[in-house]
Order: sequence, then C-alpha cells, then structure tokens
Amino acid sequence: MSRVGIIGIGHGVFGRRSDATVQELAFEAFKLAMEDAGIAREDLDASVIGSVPEYHKQRSLPGVVQEYLGLNPAPTWLTEVACSSGSAAIRTAWMSIKAGVHDIVAVIGCQKMTELSTPEILALMGRVGEVQWESVFGTTFPAYYALFAQRHMYEFGTTREQLLEVAIKNHYYGARNQCALFQKEITMEKAKASDEVSTPLQVYDCCANADGAACVILASEEKAKEISQKTVWLDGMGCATASMSVLRRPNLTGLPSAEAASAEAYRMAGVSAQDIKVAEVHDCFTIAEIMAYEDLGFCKKGEGGKFISDRQAYIGGKVPVNVDGGLKAKGHPIGATGVSMTVEIAKQLRGEAGERQVPDADVGLTHNVGGIGQYCFVQVLRRD
Amino acid sequence: MFKWFGKVNFSPFTKVSDFAGYLKDGHLMGSKCKKCGTTSFPPRADCESCMSGDFEFFEVTGKATLHTFTKIVAAPTGFEDEVPYIVGVVDLDEGGRALAWFGETVKEEEIAIGMELQMVPRIFEELEEIKVYYSLEKPGTTWSKV
Repeated sequence: MSRVGIIGIGHGVFGRRSDATVQELAFEAFKLAMEDAGIAREDLDASVIGSVPEYHKQRSLPGVVQEYLGLNPAPTWLTEVACSSGSAAIRTAWMSIKAGVHDIVAVIGCQKMTELSTPEILALMGRVGEVQWESVFGTTFPAYYALFAQRHMYEFGTTREQLLEVAIKNHYYGARNQCALFQKEITMEKAKASDEVSTPLQVYDCCANADGAACVILASEEKAKEISQKTVWLDGMGCATASMSVLRRPNLTGLPSAEAASAEAYRMAGVSAQDIKVAEVHDCFTIAEIMAYEDLGFCKKGEGGKFISDRQAYIGGKVPVNVDGGLKAKGHPIGATGVSMTVEIAKQLRGEAGERQVPDADVGLTHNVGGIGQYCFVQVLRRD
Repeated sequence: MFKWFGKVNFSPFTKVSDFAGYLKDGHLMGSKCKKCGTTSFPPRADCESCMSGDFEFFEVTGKATLHTFTKIVAAPTGFEDEVPYIVGVVDLDEGGRALAWFGETVKEEEIAIGMELQMVPRIFEELEEIKVYYSLEKPGTTWSKV
C-alpha cells in the first residue's frame, strides 16, 4: 500500500496577534512550509484549510486564504470539527492523495480567536455542548472537563496536584518554544493560587485562546521520494467519534473516541503504544492530558495521575508528551492546533527540535480532540 | 412549547416539545419507542435502536444517583446572575442521565458523588414568562404547584 509523507512543515508564532489578519497568519506558516519543502506554488494540486468559522468576521475562509497565498485557481476547501479541525484537514488531504486524485497538497490550520469581543466569546462559550438538554443549565467548556476531572478523582484517586503537574510540565517546555504564547515556567504554588473556573479546575488547568497558524505539505510516496530527503510518513491515521451529549457516554473518565482512534492508528501503522517515542496530546485542560495517557495506552486506566507524578511524560520518561508546551503553554488557536501537533512531531522525528529534542525519536503520535471527545484524530508518524 | 424549557433556550422547536408542557404540570417524562419499547431520557422522537419515529412519553420517578458535578464560577451569556452555580450529572434509576442544577434542599458541603437525589420539576418564579427546568433535590422532595 502506498504511503503519504510530510515533505514540508511551517509554524507561526501563537499568541494575541493583533498585528495580522487570519490570511496573513496563514501566509507565515505556509511560506515556511514551502521553503522547507523546496517546491513552488505551481507544484501544489490543492490546499485544505482547517479552521472553525464562527470565530472569524470573514465568512468562507478558504476563499480569502487561497487568494492571499496566491494559489488560485487550485482547489481548496474547509474542514470543521471543532478543536480537531486541523487534523481533519490533514486527514482529507491524506485521503485525496491516497485516492490518487492529488499528488501534493498543502494543509493550513489557521485561526484568529481574538477578533471577537468578550461578550461574543461568552455567548459562544454557552453553546459548546449539546444545546437542547445541557446548555440550558449554563454549561461551559471548562465545566465539561471539570465533570470528567471530578469523576476521575473519585474513581481513581487522581489528585489536584497531579492535574496541575501537567500544567507545570507543559509550561516548562513552553518556556523552550519560541512559537509559544506563554514562554515561562510556573510553580505549583502559583498554579494553586489561580482563580477558580469550574471546580476543581482553576485558570492554570485551562489552555488559552490564541491566534496562529501552522502548515504541512503532504505528498504521495512517489513525489515525496523525488522531492524530499527528510520525509516523515503518515503511517497510521485513526479517527473516531463519541456522543455529543455527556448524558449518552459510557463513562466520564475517558474519551471512547480517543481509544478507538488510537487503536485504529496503531493497527494501521503496525505499532503499539510501547513503540511511541514522543507524543503530542490534546491538553485543552489538565485532566484531558491525564485521560489521554490512559486512552492512548501509555499507562493503565486510572494511572494517568501517577504517570505525570512519576515524570513519565517528561523527556527521559516512558513517553515524552507535549514537549513543545502543549495547548496549555503554546496557546490553542483551535483550527491550527492539530496541524501544529503534526509539525512538532515531524520536527522531532527529523531531529530538529533543538533543546526539546527527544533522543532517538523514530515513531511519534498526535492526538487531537474536538470538543469533549465528540471527535478524535490520532496519527502515528514515522521516519525511515 | 419547548421554548419554556430552560432560562436560556437555544432550541424552541423539537419533536419532543410536549416534554416542557408535562414539566410545567410537574411530570418528568422520558420517551418510549412504540415499536420496540426502547426508552430514553432525555426523550428523543426517533428510536436509537430501531429508527422508528413512533414514540410515546412515559413518566419517570426522577430518583437518581449523582455521577459527577462541578461548581461553575465563570458563566456564559444569560447566566451571569446565577453564578456560582453547581451542576450535577445524575444516573436515573429508570435508565438514562440528566444534567441539572442543585436546588435549595441540598447544601453545597453535602454534595458527594454517589449520593441519592430526587429530580424535581421547577418553574422560575421570578420570571414573568413561563420558564421551566428541573433541579436536583434531597430524596423525598416533591413538586408542588404554586
């Protein structure tokens, strides 16, 4: 079966980017990825945009991005599945190449979240869940993950400190990533003193909205071998869903979509969790990273808290996780996040991650979650 | 009449609209498929098992066990006056789950996962228009028409 490879990567600076429009952010990442791939725009067959439209004033984003990047008349389209829109974009580009329709496709995850006013954001925040039976009680994004956290603590004895240890780790690595929103370390004392959001979660348990873009250039096996000496292969592509409503989930201690998507990705790539040398997981809230350790099989169910306490998610541990700072420190421009994860793993597998480099990384994984696990995309990436 | 359900309602039109009317009169209703008998709470018009669209309402007791909860401090639009508020997810004795606010019969310090609760139909008395919901109360708490 023929493979699909990543031949170019580009990552813009995440943060409050009042200096740029969303298409200008897209341009930054795209230009870096094209220079990295060493190809011209004429070589691209199509582009796929990962973004969540309700945050932008500009409607129908692919049109303006395609024009600004100078890619007309090549085809483009948008993929949207909340915070996993970026990975969905990569998946549709991968599918188009696997199907033999296209040979080289640019995937651009881009998002400008600070265009909206605070009242607009607060209104959106009230409609993140299932609106018929849940949003009527004023649920919020942090509240949903807080419901998971509370149950996880009850069933497995996960502690408040273990949750915050995730944030401390991710800030430690974010301080070493020049594209991150928060490039500073934090202490347990400071984290514990932060404001309550939705118990038990406090401000330091939550990632921050941000603006930013990331880009990968995908190519068919034949084209990749012709163009690139440093291809990273998308060998496992898992994707699954779970109910929109938390009222219809089998349990509230993990994400069934993440379990299913990772099982599919491992099977497709012919690897197991033990083979993963470095991972990017969706730490929108600290509890989400702890559940990811378990859902992905890095540790047993219920032992996610111990996994972080034992420093198994640091470089030198069992599976270094989010050594670019994760959503927590890097910031979470929702459409860009999935692509940003793939860029980071490609960098790691190419040995170009500098002081954050995981030694001997040859197989890596990304885990990008939409909403509260309604969607999950897992990629297994490999360097030959 | 589903516009009656919730202080802020985002989906006024639904095939299970009568749920809100029953709730106003003090009845908590789930749905039951007339073809295969599958029940659901919250109610749904189209059967998740056999896909039949032929359903009827049936009354649930509202007896429940607390599955998880959280106190929301940062509220979205429309709920600014309520903060902080505690939402719980309960497992209903007859099957299904519900998400709701805690009522006045349960003190914050008493709230613990695994505790038994009673889901009770409610009306927002302070609002001029009809607005109904349900709350999580101490076992034995009954609905009373005002």
